Amino acid sequence: MIRVEDLVKRYKKAEKNAVDGISFQVKAGEFFVLLGPNGAGKTTTISILTTTLSPTSGGATIDGSDIVREASTVRRKVGIIFQRPSLDQNLTAEENVRFHAVLYGLYPYAPTYALMRREYRGQVEELAKLLDIARDIHKPVRTFSGGMRRKLEIMRSLLHDPKVLFLDEPTAGLDVPSRRTLWEHLAEVRRTSGTTIFLTTHYLEEAEEADHICIIDKGRVVSFGTPGEIKHDLVEDYVLVDAADRSGLRDELARLGYVTSGGPPFKLQLDGHSVHGMLRTIETPLTVVKTHTPSLEDAYLEIVSRQSE
Amino acid sequence: MSEASAILVLAHRDFVKLLRDRARIVADFSFPLIFIGILGTTLQAGFGDKSDVNLLGFVFTGVLGQTVWQSSAMGLISLLADREQDFSQEIFVSPISRYSIIFGKILGESLVALPQALGILAFALILQIPLSGEQLIRLLLAAGVVALFGGAFGVIVLANLGSQRAANQIFPFVMLPQFFLAGIFNPIQNLPLPLDILSKISPMRYAVDLMRDAYYGVTPQRVELFDASTNLAIMGAMFVAFMVAGTFLFVRAERNR
Repeated sequence: MIRVEDLVKRYKKAEKNAVDGISFQVKAGEFFVLLGPNGAGKTTTISILTTTLSPTSGGATIDGSDIVREASTVRRKVGIIFQRPSLDQNLTAEENVRFHAVLYGLYPYAPTYALMRREYRGQVEELAKLLDIARDIHKPVRTFSGGMRRKLEIMRSLLHDPKVLFLDEPTAGLDVPSRRTLWEHLAEVRRTSGTTIFLTTHYLEEAEEADHICIIDKGRVVSFGTPGEIKHDLVEDYVLVDAADRSGLRDELARLGYVTSGGPPFKLQLDGHSVHGMLRTIETPLTVVKTHTPSLEDAYLEIVSRQSE
Repeated sequence: MSEASAILVLAHRDFVKLLRDRARIVADFSFPLIFIGILGTTLQAGFGDKSDVNLLGFVFTGVLGQTVWQSSAMGLISLLADREQDFSQEIFVSPISRYSIIFGKILGESLVALPQALGILAFALILQIPLSGEQLIRLLLAAGVVALFGGAFGVIVLANLGSQRAANQIFPFVMLPQFFLAGIFNPIQNLPLPLDILSKISPMRYAVDLMRDAYYGVTPQRVELFDASTNLAIMGAMFVAFMVAGTFLFVRAERNR
């Protein structure tokens, strides 16, 4: 669905590339997450893929359409929820939706809601009900809370039935209930329409559910894979052990040839051994045994700290 | 069909925003009314009554052309406002032609400028400036053309500007000299050569002259410099040049950051 090849972007007057030769692919229907710290190049990548920014070199296709040569076709195939809400505060929620619907050629222009086609009014009513904003749909957007604005943007971005929905840190600034509602709705969208979801986020728990994650830092891809693969590849498996007789334990671990670091407690690298097998060989009475299950957060921190070294 | 609808919805948005901004409506009307009411009346009392010329009508047509043209041109700053308020990304990520987007904005700001023309015409009637039904219709039609032309000029001026602040600083430099070169308050038939050249390349001159033709064209008085068809041809050529070059430059600045 999305193919990115050696994409480079250097902003005018910048000394370094904001995006520095990244390549990855996203399959149709996937939930894909682009993860990275601030300034990693996430928003730049999304801006290029949605055709609002020109790449310096390299390229990308979306559903077979080139983002530079076939920009107009690409725009029909994608929906986007920007990092900062892009709603007109002077218009009502419905007027914002109508603006989008007419701009995308879904319905002919009419100056009022009542004069819009019946199909449009039906679609607006249905979506507003689904997102629980039916009572407020004719109120000015400036009276909406952050959560309601995000819901409205999702409603608007899905009107033209995009093949790929790009979301650039959509939950930033939202409270927990609003975030949960938003994710429930997006999960429903994926289930019913098979829309490919391309997300950038700071929240690692949102990336845990992804089919694939691409971690970028300083404009480069530093890891790519399923959440499980990333954890496996980048986070060491170890067990923490300690004993009342610490010098005895240290000597015994050295004698057994186990790789340790830090301590006490001593960090015992598993290196493919099973925890049970290693512990059976230790005769010093242990007072602490703590296994470590890597999380995506561990992997992410590991990658970012490696990059900054 | 969908491009036409998109242009209309873009224009609709700008017009709705005007209707919901009462402070802007009041401000928009005040300036031209002061010009006609005070400047026009004092000129008429000082010079017009001593000659055979209706200076109140002369200033009225000049201010009408200048107001509509300038309002539409400066209204295009809303393109930069949309960018600063993060709304332009919603517009520019849509699949319609970039020319349709810019034309929609020009049409919208033209619709915003036209109510000012109606206000000035109503004020002219209060000041008892002679105005027949035929003149009224001719002036309204001319105002529509002048507004579109002003919008295109606005696009070319702000195509490479980064912010509203920059636009607000640049526009007075572009507009003020044209007040005099276009002959809003002063006759420009016998200008020295350098000023005459500058006058002829001032777009506002043709907007004002078209308005004067609309008013004086049905009277025995000849105040306008060119006939309507000449003015329309020059304005048409400038409109196409401004619109095409302005759209190209604006979109390039938007995408090639």
